[in-house]
Amino acid sequence: MSAASAEHVASNEPLLKVRELDKHFGPVQALYHINLDLPSGQVTALCGDNGAGKSVLTKCIAGIYQPDHGQVFWEGQPVHIRAARDASRLGIETVYQDLALADNLDIVQNMFLGRERLRNRLLDEDNMERAAKETLASLRVTTVRSIRQPVASLSGGQRQSVAVAKAVMWNSKLVIMDEPTAALGVVQTKMVLDLIKRLRDRGLAVMVISHNLNDVFEVADRIAVMYLGRVVVQDQTSSFDRQSVVEYMTTGGLGRSGGRRTQES
Amino acid sequence: MADVPKRADLAEVPPEQAPDLTAAPEAIQAEVPPELVAQTLGEYVRAYAARIRAGESGVLPVIAAMLAIVIVFEVVSPNHLFLSAGNLVNLFQQSAVFMVLAMAEGFALILGEIDLSIGFVGALGAAVTVQLVQPQTTNWPWPAAVAAGLLTATVFGLIQGTLITRLRIPSFIVTLAGYLIANGLFLQVLLLGPFSGYPNLAGFSDNLKVIYNLMWGSIDPTVSWIATAVVVLGLGLLIYLSDNRRRRSGLVAPPTSLTLIKIGLIAVVAVVVVLICNTNRANIGTLEGVPWVIPIVLAVLGVWTVLLQRTRYGRYVYAIGGNPEAARRAGINLSIVRTVAFGLCSFTAGIGMLLYASLLNGMSNNVQGGQYVLYAVAAAVIGGTSLFGGRGKPLHGVLGGLVIGGIYNGMFLVGLSFQWEYIVTGLVLLGAVTIDSLSRRGSASGSVTRV
Repeated sequence: MSAASAEHVASNEPLLKVRELDKHFGPVQALYHINLDLPSGQVTALCGDNGAGKSVLTKCIAGIYQPDHGQVFWEGQPVHIRAARDASRLGIETVYQDLALADNLDIVQNMFLGRERLRNRLLDEDNMERAAKETLASLRVTTVRSIRQPVASLSGGQRQSVAVAKAVMWNSKLVIMDEPTAALGVVQTKMVLDLIKRLRDRGLAVMVISHNLNDVFEVADRIAVMYLGRVVVQDQTSSFDRQSVVEYMTTGGLGRSGGRRTQES
Repeated sequence: MADVPKRADLAEVPPEQAPDLTAAPEAIQAEVPPELVAQTLGEYVRAYAARIRAGESGVLPVIAAMLAIVIVFEVVSPNHLFLSAGNLVNLFQQSAVFMVLAMAEGFALILGEIDLSIGFVGALGAAVTVQLVQPQTTNWPWPAAVAAGLLTATVFGLIQGTLITRLRIPSFIVTLAGYLIANGLFLQVLLLGPFSGYPNLAGFSDNLKVIYNLMWGSIDPTVSWIATAVVVLGLGLLIYLSDNRRRRSGLVAPPTSLTLIKIGLIAVVAVVVVLICNTNRANIGTLEGVPWVIPIVLAVLGVWTVLLQRTRYGRYVYAIGGNPEAARRAGINLSIVRTVAFGLCSFTAGIGMLLYASLLNGMSNNVQGGQYVLYAVAAAVIGGTSLFGGRGKPLHGVLGGLVIGGIYNGMFLVGLSFQWEYIVTGLVLLGAVTIDSLSRRGSASGSVTRV
């Protein structure tokens, strides 16, 4: 699916719109007037140097932080995401860098953690195992030896896959991934990138936070770059090259006359 | 997963599928429980052997410890008394206290916490019960007295849990303070009434008799056999049907032969225990039948196993022990789960020390609550519960309690004095924690595995 056609498919209204969002921690202004669109069926890469505000923005969307000003629109409607639970009710799932899996639990137990299915007030293990198996198969995560093995025994890529599968299990519409390939080897990275593409092909909106420009250009349909708490540019991947992304990340694009800047500083 | 069968024996076959650059194959082999990948008994045995070679020893240390205890004490005990029916029943009775206390401590250990207070908190509850059933004073009916005692212990535990979770004070400190406070309250309760600090269970009241019989009462041999048959058949059928159903629907399940061996093992243990208990163990007259305490311990084991392994609450306890951050992000209310766990820990300790009161035929200021905490921790860890959280089962407490009970009983038979008992128990605790620590270090990601 080319980026241009995806834009039309996904209608005019992006799944999630962030408008004029501000966040400060005491005297430190972490986010300034953030505008960001996350359309369905597309992978949006959020790039930026350390401290640019990527994580804070993610946490504002995921309901962990409350923005001070600004508005978030979900499917065109203004929403207030006050807690992680609000986010998951809307269909926003976040896959965190540190994975948020319990090592001592097995794959099924981790995928259903906090949302266990019950039968006669006891855990319905058979039902959960079947559902987890289907989800993993639909995402073609097939390299695990047993769905009942503890997560501690999985490789980095497999853990990331389980975390992603856990996120898409709940009819989520937007999956946010924080540095999904940061700790992975070459083969593992490919496995996770393929998985991200499969999510997009299912029509989900995906936001990937990444430093790795190889991954960004491999998987992203759109790129947004943050610099010192602002989104300095966002556009189709085709309108960037590596050089320009690096420039936006390191200087905020101040020296550039071209490019489509969405924010003036 | 079509290629699972050939992957069960990873020692020779390198993982051909999905070359995982980040995972060490020998670590995978060590951490995946053999019953998950083995399709036949042979594969299971090979996978198990591979696990042991890789340092994941499972229940082997506790079995080895039991064998060593049996052999050593049978040889050195006077007249080879250790394996006599009378002594074995005595051993079960003594071990019962350690078993229940170890199951109590399990709640704290699985969470990755520790509760140092359970000895005296349990003793406080037991002292309340023993005081309330005294016919000269309050003369409460025994169910009310037992409930009051257990409630006292539970409330104490809930208060400690609240302090630990709400004020974020380390459990070590809170329960160390709780240990002293409970010790004081316990001594204070003992002084109530006209018993000079030694309320006992001797007397002609039915209520006293029931508390006394918790440890010393026996079930009629015939009834013992019938009850055992019912329980073993029921449990066996449950395990068989459940495994069979999972096999048929293509879910992860052990091979049929393994299911049958497991059921057979339960049956053999049950029959041996009942045989021992039904032997006349009195020097004069008859004393036979299964002591009440055995079904009591099994009931605690059963209820806590279902709670921890089959309910949402239990799953959350393990999740918090494994990765509190993951549990928090999954929307689990950590404070409530933790607080309730400390309450359950103290409640179970109340049962354990009530059994101890029954064993001692009363309560006195000789009760070594501090020492019993260490026995409980040692028993849980010897049985396979991890001190680092996230791993452990009530069954581990029962197995470990038997080991500690064996040492305690054996040294008494041999006539070793108290100082040696302390030293040996300390060494055993150290050994168990060392095994726990080493197996943790040996695992791939430095993390705990088997739940």
